[in-house]
Amino acid sequence: MIALLRRDLTLALRAGGGFGLGLAFFLIVTVLVPFGVGPQAATLSVIAPGILWIGALLACLLSLDRLLALDYEDGTLDLLATAPLPLEAALSIKALAHWLTTGLPLVLAAPVLGILLSLPGPGYLWLVVSLALGTPALSVIGTFGAALTVGIKRGGLLLSLLVLPLYVPTLIFGAEAARRGALGQDPSTSLLLLAGITLATIALMPFASAAVLRMGLR
Amino acid sequence: MPLSIHDLTLARGGVPVLTGVSLSLQPGRALILRGPNGSGKTTLLRTIAGLAPPLSGTIEGAEDRVAYAAHADGLKAMLSVTENLTFWASVFGQKDINVALEAYDLHDLKDRLAGTLSAGQKRRLGLARLLVTGRPVWVLDEPTVSLDAQAVAMFAAAVRGHLEGGGSALIATHIDLGLSEADVLDIARFRAADGALVGASDEAFL
Repeated sequence: MIALLRRDLTLALRAGGGFGLGLAFFLIVTVLVPFGVGPQAATLSVIAPGILWIGALLACLLSLDRLLALDYEDGTLDLLATAPLPLEAALSIKALAHWLTTGLPLVLAAPVLGILLSLPGPGYLWLVVSLALGTPALSVIGTFGAALTVGIKRGGLLLSLLVLPLYVPTLIFGAEAARRGALGQDPSTSLLLLAGITLATIALMPFASAAVLRMGLR
Repeated sequence: MPLSIHDLTLARGGVPVLTGVSLSLQPGRALILRGPNGSGKTTLLRTIAGLAPPLSGTIEGAEDRVAYAAHADGLKAMLSVTENLTFWASVFGQKDINVALEAYDLHDLKDRLAGTLSAGQKRRLGLARLLVTGRPVWVLDEPTVSLDAQAVAMFAAAVRGHLEGGGSALIATHIDLGLSEADVLDIARFRAADGALVGASDEAFL
């Protein structure tokens, strides 16, 4: 399992691994928003938590079609399916590798980009906390979507359409927690629900992903 | 423990391709599958490897004992030869990759990125992967594609070494591998009758 994690991280960091893709997209979205809606700090600070969350979610979505498609094309998935490692564990590891290379950089970059959007002072902590709690769910759900569309050529469109509705609960509670935090209100209810969603998806989704992947490999 | 297959019916894309397949493979033996293109060799091998369920019939002695190799080698272009082999070795709980490098003469290439290898060299690396799995039953789908005569001989020697160690091999191929001791099975005789759709509807709708 460690070997698989290490291999995925190495591949992501080497040329053509797509490590910076999500991060660059996140940066572009948040830099462009002030140009689009105007530079008034009052407007920006109201929408900042929501924009940052949507940007992180779309950045995550962007990298999903590489998650399993490359391994499918070169036969790695066939060989992993016949290896002693259970497919559920292999997919959990791949989701973890995806989070470490996509989700975690977004969490770390979010406070810096918050400055660009005049995020109010108390919001930074809760923005980071809500993203740290929510982005693992995005990776795990995304792995399910990638497993579902694995054999389909250019499955990126279908993948996005399938995964977006599953992302909505995470977005609602994540952005709500960040928004309440920015307004100086108590964000704990939203954070608890967000943590609940993340834990439930981490516990259950790998089984669903492995089941659909086995069908996809037939 | 022999690999034994009894009365297997297999479908590809919902259409049965093979029916009544029975065979048995003892440790230390190799079986070469022959048959024209589209006769179901790949389907049979994928089913034995556990990648696809059969429509009916039983497979014994295959679970967690099969090392499967097909047209795609599961190699990453941006990893070196050593990194690729070490990864597969640790997935299968093995450590030593030197035997595999030795058998396919890959020592000189071991620091090269797999993406820079020629097709034949990639294939050799893909086959070397079998040696680091430690699995007793090799299930190989056209293993010699893009290999030159010298590499085919390396492959035959590797298979022979595997058989001598008590392993067994099931190989689908169109060429002569120089494995005179291997049994040969022509799977054309298991061909399902045209239009037979026994139990196919389930598959078609999945």
